[in-house]
Parts: sequence; structure tokens; C-alpha cells
Amino acid sequence: MSGRYSAFSLLSNALQYNRKWPRAWRNPQPKAHYDAIVVGGGGHGLATAYYLAKEHGYDNVAVLEKGWIGGGNTGRNTTIVRSNYLWTEASLMYEKSMKLWEGLSAELNYNVMFSQRGVYNLGHSLQDMRDIERRVASNRLNGIDAQVVSSKQLGKAIPGLNTSASARYPILGASLQPRGGVARHDAVAWGFARAADALGVDIIQQCEVTGFDIQGGRVRGVKTSQGDIAADKVAVVVAGHASVLAGYAGFRLPLESHPLQAFVSEPLKPVLDTVVMSNAVHGYISQSDKGELVVGAGIDSYVGYGQRGSFQTIEHALQAIIELFPAFSRVRLLRMWAGIVDVSPDACPIIGATPVQGLYFNCGWGTGGFKATPGSGWVLAHTIANDQAHELNAPFNLERFASGALIDEHGAAAVAH
Amino acid sequence: MQTRRLEKGGRVDRTQPLNFSFDGKTYQGFAGDTLASALLANGVNLVGRSFKLHRPRGIVSAGAEEPNGIMQIGRAGHAQPNARATQVALFDGLEAQSTKGWPSVNFDIAAANNIFSRLLGAGFYYKTFMYPRFLWRFYEGFIRAAAGFGKAPDQLDPDRYEHRNAHCDILIAGAGPAGLMSALVAARSGARVIIADEQNEFGGSLLSTDQLIEGTPAQIWLQAVVKELNASADVRLLTRSTVFGYHDHNFVTIAERCTDHLNPANRKGVRERLWRVRAKQVVLAQGAFERPLVFCNNDRPGIMLASAVSSYINRFAVAPGERAVVFTNNDSAYQTALDLNREGIKVVAIVDSRATGAGELREQVAKVDIPVLTGHIVTDVKGSRRIRAVKLASWDGQPESRAIVTRTLECNLLAMSGGWSPAVHLHSQAGGSIRWDDCCQGFVPDESRQGNVSVGAGRGLLSLPDCLSDGLAGGLQVVERCGLVAAKVEIPQLPETPQSTLQPLWRVPAEKDPDRCPKQFIDFQNDTAVADIRLAVREGFESVEHVKRYTALGFGTEQGKLGNINGMAVLAECLQLPIAEVGTTTFRPAYTPTSFAVGAGEAVMDLYEPVRTTAIHDWHEQAGIPFETVGQWLRPWYFPKKTEDLDAAVARECLATRAGVGIMDASTLGKIDVHGADAAEFLNRIYTHNVDTMKIGRCAYGIMLGEDGMVKDDGVMARLAEDHYYLTTTTGGAAAVLAWLELWLQTEWPDLKVHLTSLTDQFSTIAVAGPDSRQVLEKVGCSIDLARSHFPFMTVKDAVLGGIDVQLFRVSFSGELAYEVNVDSRYALAMWNKIMTAGQAFNITPYGTETMHVLRAEKGFVIVGQDTDGSVTPVDLKLNWMLSRDKDFIGKRSLSRSVMVGSQRKQLVGLLSCDGRSVLSEGSQLLDDVSAPSPVPMVGHVTSSYYSANLGQPIALGLLINGHARLGDRVFARASSGPDVAVEVTSSVFYDPKGARQNV
Amino acid sequence: MLLIECPWCGDRAETEFSCGGEADIRRPALPQTLSDEAWADYLFMRKNTRGWHRELWNHSQGCRQWFVVERNTLTYEIAGSSKFTTSSEPETEGVDSSAD
Repeated sequence: MSGRYSAFSLLSNALQYNRKWPRAWRNPQPKAHYDAIVVGGGGHGLATAYYLAKEHGYDNVAVLEKGWIGGGNTGRNTTIVRSNYLWTEASLMYEKSMKLWEGLSAELNYNVMFSQRGVYNLGHSLQDMRDIERRVASNRLNGIDAQVVSSKQLGKAIPGLNTSASARYPILGASLQPRGGVARHDAVAWGFARAADALGVDIIQQCEVTGFDIQGGRVRGVKTSQGDIAADKVAVVVAGHASVLAGYAGFRLPLESHPLQAFVSEPLKPVLDTVVMSNAVHGYISQSDKGELVVGAGIDSYVGYGQRGSFQTIEHALQAIIELFPAFSRVRLLRMWAGIVDVSPDACPIIGATPVQGLYFNCGWGTGGFKATPGSGWVLAHTIANDQAHELNAPFNLERFASGALIDEHGAAAVAH
Repeated sequence: MQTRRLEKGGRVDRTQPLNFSFDGKTYQGFAGDTLASALLANGVNLVGRSFKLHRPRGIVSAGAEEPNGIMQIGRAGHAQPNARATQVALFDGLEAQSTKGWPSVNFDIAAANNIFSRLLGAGFYYKTFMYPRFLWRFYEGFIRAAAGFGKAPDQLDPDRYEHRNAHCDILIAGAGPAGLMSALVAARSGARVIIADEQNEFGGSLLSTDQLIEGTPAQIWLQAVVKELNASADVRLLTRSTVFGYHDHNFVTIAERCTDHLNPANRKGVRERLWRVRAKQVVLAQGAFERPLVFCNNDRPGIMLASAVSSYINRFAVAPGERAVVFTNNDSAYQTALDLNREGIKVVAIVDSRATGAGELREQVAKVDIPVLTGHIVTDVKGSRRIRAVKLASWDGQPESRAIVTRTLECNLLAMSGGWSPAVHLHSQAGGSIRWDDCCQGFVPDESRQGNVSVGAGRGLLSLPDCLSDGLAGGLQVVERCGLVAAKVEIPQLPETPQSTLQPLWRVPAEKDPDRCPKQFIDFQNDTAVADIRLAVREGFESVEHVKRYTALGFGTEQGKLGNINGMAVLAECLQLPIAEVGTTTFRPAYTPTSFAVGAGEAVMDLYEPVRTTAIHDWHEQAGIPFETVGQWLRPWYFPKKTEDLDAAVARECLATRAGVGIMDASTLGKIDVHGADAAEFLNRIYTHNVDTMKIGRCAYGIMLGEDGMVKDDGVMARLAEDHYYLTTTTGGAAAVLAWLELWLQTEWPDLKVHLTSLTDQFSTIAVAGPDSRQVLEKVGCSIDLARSHFPFMTVKDAVLGGIDVQLFRVSFSGELAYEVNVDSRYALAMWNKIMTAGQAFNITPYGTETMHVLRAEKGFVIVGQDTDGSVTPVDLKLNWMLSRDKDFIGKRSLSRSVMVGSQRKQLVGLLSCDGRSVLSEGSQLLDDVSAPSPVPMVGHVTSSYYSANLGQPIALGLLINGHARLGDRVFARASSGPDVAVEVTSSVFYDPKGARQNV
Repeated sequence: MLLIECPWCGDRAETEFSCGGEADIRRPALPQTLSDEAWADYLFMRKNTRGWHRELWNHSQGCRQWFVVERNTLTYEIAGSSKFTTSSEPETEGVDSSAD
């Protein structure tokens, strides 16, 4: 592409007062018909369109976005990327995503700032440590880098982390995935958008899907705020609103949409060089390249589409962060926000066919969707192109809720002791 | 030397000099100063560096919108990163450091970035540092080191914080003229009022004005109003208190800073307090922020907001310069010129972009011979660490015009005013919509979605008379909405000053086109300039949210209070749209940065979460034993003697219990009393076994399933009477099970007459286990015959034990003859001591959770949550015999779903190391083929693993695919590290499989 | 933090309550007669309404009663609360809960 980004292009454009930079993506009018339409211009949807064009030769694809691309959960998460999931089905899919992350900046010619600074998941009880051992053992057998680290090692590796035995919930150890890390969330959406656009994908913003054209059990197109658009295949990738669109298509999903809140501190000099997550003391934290501490809170208990949650959830997260890093007490919260997460019964996504032919859904990522962005797009593109799930997403079908073949990712953490 | 301190006036106390230091150098200010005013008084001009380009920066504002004066205050545990100098009250001994610039703020090597600034345009980092891939973390290290402002403290915070809940009729955010008028009418009408202001004293803009109210200085009026409010019983006045969050259902959060303004030696009590206020009505009177003007090099030190200049003169008695130019597109800055002139500071000229200039104020400046250059603009300035001169051009009012510099004026202070942006933050946080107002050229509140009203400058009314009357009107409105009768309040009289209208001037024309001219900054802190927004639009970032994110506009610590409207206007110009159509952004808390600590409140460190301990806990503490954390509970883990480690102690405890008698504090078990005519029917629907046919006085092991068929909880349950049951739950499951039972009872089966009562804390449970347990209880003295014939296995009886009423269960979690003594918690410790005393003759051995786990594992009893993980059915646990065929129960239907039956289920098995020595790691994965390539198929995992001293070998439980059919097979256990261990698949019952020992 | 009306105790802060999700999901009378799909529908499928939503709340830190709240999941406004009643008791107050 002519607008290829590099140090050289930066220099030559600078000499021309940055007046020659091309558009990162076009702003096309919707066509009357597309071979495939992706509903939802978040990271997952844009990745789906990109891989459809790149891997499967689709040259007539549109992404329809009701607002602006990357404006939903893609731009509202805490950007953690890891693949150390417990169940093989989940870990293999997230690992596929991890491998794509590792080459993503180069692949897209867009620096998504994927920074493999390691992800620690802390254990605070003997049962936490059993679960960690189980997960790490499983990860290693699945070819995923993972290790168990002791409380003492944590004390050395993470200055400021309270590894004292007298803590309310003493840290007994952790799992570590060194290849885990964080990325720049906006850049992921923009990078995929730019690369997809270069392959001919129409990215149409301010285009809200208000219904589907379904004839004889098969999808024929979508109704939108910019008119009806015909399509042979439609993929719905709208985290936070999947149930609403499923309703338009006449079926229900096993999802509940909850607010998930996060916040950042004011920018600080480097103080935390890794990602620390704790389930028991519920909070997770990393430091962005800008210097802000990025903190994730728990999900609010009620269904909420308002992109905001309740303040006590923020209070709990602040308490948790001070429990983990007591010296952050005087650091100040700059800005808080919320996304809408679609939580499924087994904390795993649904990726694949629906009761309507030619209509595919990708939803239910709960709190963990960002890390899956490239992998999710990759498997969904495969599923659309072949009208059949890839082996990586086959277990994540909608039928599992009837058969009982759930992939119970949260089971291990959510039951009594 | 306070070289720029005026000799008189201001609200500083010249009798109270305060010493402070900035970047290691000592200065003096006065009580009443902020750090910013004190620095300015001392002629300290350069206080910071910008985020990306490291350009030298000075104080711009006098309030919450300050982008440049970002300081590190104090040190060690008291350190406060990123404090805004404009909001730090001066105290004696204050130590401040600039947060940008290396080696110093005056000489910053990274200022070289400025030379390459065109390379570092918006989003440059997305376009480079990509190759080679592995170097990104190397580049990133430099980026990170250059980023950030202050340093996080590296020591514990010595201060305390608290939360306080409050309710009121009317909460008023902001105690400027409008807010005070609202407060006055609310107070006189008998409302319960809270009025909060972020500054150290009430008054807002009145503190910085020389205007008269009713013929006397505004400060006199202010004093009287504050006095009246203070004297009103139902009015709470909060200074240094920022209303930072407006949440749903009129829940408002206020951060009160109680001690930061004091000398550390005088600080007492909490440092900050979070007010969590539920208000019936809220008055939003936060005022407005003055906007900078966007011209070339508009970030140079010496360029300040006009209102800030007035503030420093009138409130702090500081002259921020000696030769001033005022640059404005509206009337308000004329007042600054008058203020400057009054204090003898030379005003070289007022440069007014408007062809006609100001209204009445123009006559006033004419009277004092201040030259006014109408139809002119400041297009650029000279000087880098301090402006030396401004370059003027005439302007025809066309945004696209090119400036032609006609003259240069020497000055070292430029007061600028681009108009005012109402602070609509809280209105927007509350869900209210905003609309563009052409009159004030800013966004003003439109529809409210909660019970609130915006008043004064916060909705675009900028003159003092307007603010006063609007504050009164808003106050009346909320008083009425509260159902109160409004009291009469007179609007104070003061002369109207006719104003002429503001001229939109979003991007001041430069000598070159906007892409080639020197930087015209919009967001000072993040170095976002006009060219960056133009670049973003050129590249297709058209939504305001995209532009903000791509250029970092509004993402600084002042969150766009200064620059957002200018940025949106420049964006609108690029897109050739009216500003109103560019769209707005949603405001989120916090209004200004708020400490983690005040949000957390008391619930940190020792108070992070309640610690639950049993009634016998003191005894354990005295024994000096280690505890296991189980949920909120602390449970005795093991009872080591002298030098024993975990393994040695547990081996001894296990042997002693099976050979003689052991005692355990099992009080944390969840205990639920189920009473009522339909108790049997209710529990029959819950438990998998037939509850209704149980005989009175019988106990049973019971399991509950979730509706998904997975084991949810287990425990012993007993029928105490026809209509009365008692059940136990796991320690961690107690509260959840009770809520879940109530859910079924109340929502699904409200016709059932059943009452559920938690007894977890009311009763303590002491388990006495082992062949000698009966003798021990007999020695304690028991009112009932404990012989098997009278009190057989799995029964329950009331008894008097050692003179204390107890409920005695003949149940066993160890497989030995055992009793569980349920006793009123008030007598639990006495009971424990009686049993210990009686047990001495039998060498009674206290044991903890670890031994309990080993003993039950020897018997193959599962722990829900350890041997199950929410994906295990009773069939997987070989508990088919507990599933009634005669009735429905919760979860039954799920057990017959297609994948619930068949050979692919993971099933509970025993695992014995083939070498007879290796204790498996709990969590190890089970493999059939250790040499299979990755991903290696896993056939199960180890859930429990111990060394069994009684059996003289390690034992383990695990879940293995099709395990019940694989007894005798050999599989391999692989942990996260260490060698594989070959194990034999066995029955999960290792000890006394017939159950002979417990049934004696 | 929401302000929720417990039909027994009155207005209380959200921190006293726990949310039980969508209301009006009736347990099938004869589960064994249902197909796997129909059972899964009861078990997992949710309306997940964007807008006015009837949902269960439990006054877990108070009177421990479960009740129905009609709440808008977009604006978070609450229209009212209603008790669960036995079949012999008449409805007493709050929003219509005829679906029960």
C-alpha cells in the first residue's frame, strides 16, 4: 500500500508538514449488496472482516458500525492479553489469538503496542494455589508458557506488591505467563480497520442495524439506519448488544449484559512493569505506556446497558488495589468508565452458526474479549467462509447449552470450598 | 524575595509568612497562598514541562484546570504525586518538586523532542517502532521512562481516610455567587442543605473580584451570607470538598480534603473524607472555565488566562508580570486590564479580535488610558522560557485569513481570554444532555435526567447579577420540588454592566498555514496542537471520540477542562460542520483526580475485610498455631508441637485421631434451621435424596445440585421433628446456600410454609473423633447414654454435656467413631475446655483443616469446591445411590442431558503412586501418554493429595475421564514442574471401605 | 449506587441488596417431560432486555426477602418494587406482577 507506515514515511511526511498522509480508511457509502456483512465495528468485527478478505479472498465485505469504530468494549477495557486458560478448548483458542498478537503490528503495519510484560494471577488461599497448579500444568501441556511462582519470587519481581504473610488475604503464590501483556486498545481497532480497508472492506460508521431480512430461515440482508443492505452472509459481532440483535433475528441467547467498570490513575513515572490480577482480592492492574495505572473492577451484579456501574464497585476495586499495593494509596483516580459485557453461563464465548442460516454470532466473551480480538476474528472468518466452524471454535457453539457440553471456565473459581 | 507580591490587598495574611521549597530551593509565601501564587510571587515562572515535547511551561490558570503546574508534594509516605500547584494550599515546610524535566525543569534534555516535533505528530507511535518485532519492548522502555509526571510513593500511607453517608434535601455543588444564593433560599426555607466547594473558602469568583454588591465590596456580602449559612442548623458547609461524582439515583460523592493544607505537625484525624450523599435535589453551580486562545506558541510561560491574572492580583496580591498585553475575543478580559492597571502594572494594550471591541468596559479602560487595538490578534509570541513580546496582526474576522504581522509589543505577561466554557461535567455525569449555546459559544446543560438544576456560569450566565438571580431561581425551584414552602430572599442590587457579544475565535490565524506555522496548542499538557487535529481528520479520524483518542486531546490530568471546546471547534472547522454537530463527549467521574485512598475509605489494611473467627479462636491463638484462610474465616490449619512442620504435625494428628481421639473446631460449617409445616416437602425438592421419609432423630448426608445438575453444596442434614430440620453446608457456601434456598422458597414456592434461619454464628461445632471419643464424652459427663444401642451412627439427640445444653450428632467426617457437639457459641470455649480436660487422659489431640482433609480423603469423602469445580455431577462422584428415582429435585433434569451420560465424563477415582513414595501435586494433570506431542491430551487431574500416615503411603483423589471403568489402570500425573509420576487408578476409598470403624 | 425500594423495609442503598437477575422465569412443572432444548431454554436463555426489565433482588443485608423490581436497564430508573405473594394472598402494592 502506498501509505505504508515506517520510520521513513514518518520522516518524509514530516518534511511535507504531515500534509500528505492518506486516510487510514475510506468513508464509503454502503453498496446495495455485499457477499458478507459484519455487524459491529469493534476489534472483533474489524478483525473478522480483515481475515475474511486476507485469508479467504472475500472482496465484497462491509463492516457496519452504529457509532464509531472501536467505541464499544474495544476502547473500554484494561487491554490485558493472555492465553493461560484452564480448559483446553479455551486455552487453544486464546493461544491462537496470542500467536496472532505476536505478529500483529507487523501484519497490520500498525503498531498496536503489544507489550509482553507478563501476566501474574495471584493466589490467596490453598484452593487458589491448587487451581493455579492445575491451570499451569494444563497450560504447559497445551504448549503455553506458564509457570507457578512463589510468594517470595513475587516479592522480588514486583516491587510494591504486598507479599507480607500478615496481609488480610496473604499472597501464597501466582501463575505467570511471561508472554502475556497489554496492548493499545484503540490501535487494535484502527490497525484492523486500516488493513481491512486496504483489502477493499467497506467500513461504514454511523450505520445502525435495526433488523434482519430473513426469508425461509435464511438471512438475506440487514435493515439499517442507512437503508436496507442485501448480504449473503451476516456475522453479528456486537459485544454488549448481542441479545438485542438476536431478538431482531427471532431467537434468544444465554447471555446477560452487565456493566464492567475500570479506571485509570493520573500518569506516574514507571512503577509497575507487569500485569497483576487477583480474583480473590478482586482487582487487576497494570501501568500504561503513558504512565497511568489501569485498574479493572468487578462486574456489577445487575443487567445494565448504560455503560456505567455503581460506585461501590469502584470502591471495592480501590480497596483491592490498596490491599495488593499499599503504597498506591495516595495515587489519584483520574477517570472511570464502564463497558457492557455479555456474560454466558460458562464464561466462554459463543462463536458460530445460529438458528438462522447464513447468520453467525460471535458474543458472550464476558470480561475477556479484548485478548481474543485477532483469534476471534480469525476463527469467525473461517466459519463464515466455510460455513463450518474451525476446530478451534467448534466447542464454542450455541448447541452446547442444550447438550450440557459447557466449557466451564469460571467453574473452578466460583464454587464453594 | 517575593518580588512580584503587591504591597497591599488580597486575601493572603502577610503576618503569617510560610517557608516552602521548590526543586530544592527555599522560598517564602503567605498564609492564604496556593503553591502557584507563592511561586508567582517569587518570580518563579518555569514550573513544568509538557508531556511529549518537553516544552517549558508556566502557570496558566488559578484552578482545577491547571495543565502545567503538576507537582510532587512532600516525600516518603506523605508524598503526593501530580498535585496541581494552583490547588495546593501553602503551608510552612511544604516541599514541592517539578515532575518533568531531566536533569532539571530548567534544563531538560528531552526538550530536543521539540526540534523533531513534526515527527512526533498525533499518533506517530502507531506508525513506527514495529520492526524488528522483538525491539518493541526496548523502544517502549524509553517511551515509558519519558512518560508520567509524579512518582508513586514507595512507602505506606501513614494517613487515615473515612467514608461518611449523608442524606439531604438539597445538595449544592459550588459556593460561588449562584450556589450561595441557592443555599440561602434553601436554608431559609428549612431544607436540609449540604453545600460543598473545592476551594479553601467559599465565594468562588467573588474571591477574585473587585466588584461591589449593594455598594460594598463583594467580599463583605460573601461574609454575611457564609455567616448566615453557618448559623443555620440544617446546613452543612464543606470547604476543600470536591463534588467529583454524580451517580445514579441522585447519589453524589464528595471528596473532602481535611488536613493537606496544614503543617504536617498540626495534622490530626483523617486526611480525606468521602461523603456519600443521597440528595433529593442537587443544585449544580460549578461555574465556568475560561478558554485559552489558540495562537502560535500560546504555551509559553508568561501567557495566562485573563481570569487567572485577575485572581492572582485580587485574591493573592501577586503581579504575574510587569508589562502586560491582554488578548481577548470578549469583554471579561477588560476587567483584567483594569485590575492590572489599578495595581500599577503597565498594560501595553488590549488586543481585541472584535472589530467593535467591548461594551461599557471599553469606556472604563479608555478612562485609564489603556490602548485598545480592536480588530487585532496576537498571532505569535517571542521568547521561550518567558515571553518577551507578542506579534500583532490585524484581522478581518475570517477564520481562513493569513496573519500579517504589523507590529510587535514587548511584554512579559499575556492575559488571554477566549470566552468561557460552562462546567457541565456533573450535569452530564448525571445523564443529562447538553446543547450548544451560541450566546456563550459553549455547551450548556439541556435536559436533566435526575433531580437537579444547573445555575449561574455553569449554564452560561457569566455576569454577577445574572449569577445571583439565577442562583435564587434555581434554589426556589429545588425547594419547591422538595415540597417545601419557599422563603423570601431579596436579590442583592448591583449595577448592570452591558456586555457586547463574544466573537468566536477558535484558531487564531497565523503567518503560515495551520500545518506549517509554529504550534498552536489546544491541550497544553498533552501537546495537542491544531496541526494534530488537522492531521487526525486528514487520516480519517472524524468522530470527536476518535480525534480525542488519536491526538490525546483531553486525556491529561485536567481532562480537557481547558482545551476540549477549542479542540472540538477546530475539528468542526476541519469537517466544515457547526460545532453542535461535531457531537459531544460524555463526562465521567472523577471531576478532578481523587485519591485511591478516599475512595477505599476505612476498608484497607487490617480493616480490608472482616475476619471471621470462631468462638474458640482465642484458644487457637494462644496455641500459636497457623491458620488457613477460608473465605472470610480463619480456621486452625494444624497444631504443631515445638519444631514440627506441617507434614510432621499432620502425620501425628492423623495417627492420634485414628488410634485414640482427636478434636477439631468445626464451627465454621454453615448451619441452617428449616422449620415449618412444609419443611419436608421443601427439602425434598432441594436435596437429591428422599428427605420426607427420614425418621425423626435421623441424620443423612445430603447433596444439593444446581439446576444445571452440578454438585453445588453438601453436608449433613438431620430431622429434628416432623416439621423441623437442621442442615449444614460447606464453610464457604453458607451464605450463598441460604440465599439460594430463600430464592426457591420465596419466588418459586411461596405457598410452602417454611422458615429458614441461619445458625452459623449462634452455634459452634466441636468434632470429637476417634475410637476413644465416646469415652471422652462420657468422662465430660453426658446426660444421654452414648452406647451404640441408644445412640447409633447417623442420629442426633439433645443432651446435657458437662452441664451445658448441646445438640449431639453421631456423625463422622473421618470414618471413625465420632461426635459433633453443637453448642451455643457463648459456651463453646467452655465446652472445648471441658472436652480437652476430660480428654487429657486419652491424649486428646487437637487437629486442624489439614488433618481433617487427610482423614476424609482416606475415606474417599469429597470436599465440594476442591474435588469438585462446578462441572461435576453426583454420578461423576459415584453418588448415584443418593439420587431419588421417586421424585423431582433441583438439577435432576440436567443429569439426563446428552453429554451428562456416557464415557467421556470425568469421574472421581483414587490414585496411588506406583513408587509408593511420591506425593502428587494437587492440580497435576493426568495423562495416558506422556510422550504425546503438544497439545498433550489430558484425561483428568488430581484434586486432593496427601501423605497418609495411617496407610504409610501417599494417597490422592482425582477426576479421570471414564475413571470408574479404569480401576487398576496406570496413568501419569504431571505437575507444573518436576518429574512425571506413574499412578495406579483405584477406588476412591482407601481406608476401612466397609465403614466398620464409624459404625461402632 | 442505586436506591432500591424493598417492599418490606423501604428505600435502601444498593449495597444492602443482591441482584438475582431476570424475574418471571418459572420452573417447568414437569422437567422430565421436556426436550434438552426446552430445558436449556429454561436453564440458560435470557431476555436480557435493553429497557424496562423485571428482575429479582434480595434484601440480603436486611430482611432477606426476594422481590421484583421493575428497572430500566438503559437509564437505571426504577419504576417500583413488588412482593412475591402466595396464591391465596392478593397483590398488595407496587408494579403489576401478573406474570407470577
